Amino acid sequence: MSWVNYLIYAFLAVNITFNLLGSIALHRFPDVYTRLHGATKCTTFGTIFAVFAVAAHALYQLHVTGDAKYLQMTLHSFVALIALLLTNPVGAHAIAKAAHLSGYKPAKAVIDAYEEKLGGGKE
Amino acid sequence: MPFIVAFVFAYILWLVLTAGTNGLLWSSQELIAGLIFAGIIGYATKDIVGEKSTRFLNPIRWLEWIAYAPVLFWGMVKANFHVAWLVITGRIRPGIVRVPVDLEEDAQYTILGNSITLTPGTLTIDACPEEKALYVHWIDIPKGMEKPESSEPVSGPFEKWARRLGK
Amino acid sequence: MIEPVFFYSALIISFAAFLAILRILLGPSVPDRVVGVDTLNTLVVAAMVLLGAAYDRTIYIDIAIVYALLSYIGTLIIARYLQGGLE
Repeated sequence: MSWVNYLIYAFLAVNITFNLLGSIALHRFPDVYTRLHGATKCTTFGTIFAVFAVAAHALYQLHVTGDAKYLQMTLHSFVALIALLLTNPVGAHAIAKAAHLSGYKPAKAVIDAYEEKLGGGKE
Repeated sequence: MPFIVAFVFAYILWLVLTAGTNGLLWSSQELIAGLIFAGIIGYATKDIVGEKSTRFLNPIRWLEWIAYAPVLFWGMVKANFHVAWLVITGRIRPGIVRVPVDLEEDAQYTILGNSITLTPGTLTIDACPEEKALYVHWIDIPKGMEKPESSEPVSGPFEKWARRLGK
Repeated sequence: MIEPVFFYSALIISFAAFLAILRILLGPSVPDRVVGVDTLNTLVVAAMVLLGAAYDRTIYIDIAIVYALLSYIGTLIIARYLQGGLE
């Protein structure tokens, strides 16, 4: 019982830390693009560890009780993780591109190569 | 052939989702119902999936994906501590850079773009296969790196992996 | 039993979700709000998975799968609308 508990505590601690960090990054950074960095990376990483914690718990319960619903819980949480890993970066890319095309410039940018490319296309 | 690809993936998903509902393995009713539903889905999506999808049935490719997972995970660990450091200190130097890459297929661009988004300090904004370049928002550009010549400083080893995985 | 741990983690994640909602309310521009919604979606999926373990119900995790896929489509549609139609 003991070491699995500590494993689950460690996973949950990482999960809470990075999910909170992701939402703090929303308030800490100055514009859309930098906020997307914090939001996408940190919350994806935190959710990976939430799934790991649930999987460790469910596999341990499967080992103790032999109830097949815990196997189901493990597999389904991994399917949720794969769905999230495939969709999250694409969503972030779509938001970033839409924000740039609708005219929101990156704040404090030292270079904006995409703007040069779009401007060159219009002339 | 696209029918078989869609059928195999739909059936694998069905088997994963129904495992453990009735004992540890599957009952025969579940297996037969899965065959029927996977057949329907394979028939309905065979035009969308397309002819090039047969490469995903190659078992060597699956092993390469499994080998890719730890690399991507290590990249994500580094990325998150980097972003954590930036959140705490607030010292950023953002900008959008043009990164020339050497890839041919759309799948390679997709894999590289998603990997770049999940790894340190970078976020893909647009992919231009016609001019072989990615436009990447970089949150902390090092001095003198505003116009990178290759994808090495941005993506590290991921261009090599994307070229192999999306072939 | 260990289930309370999962429940308290879900509680703290809902506090993070509150911060994301604050960004949706404050956000000076529309893309800022969309970023807030995107963050909120991921946090809801995490909270769903944790609550599924806390209450011992697999059906919550199924809802998390469906929510992840549908919220992704929602984000894509808002992004399309923002950039001004299909290109």
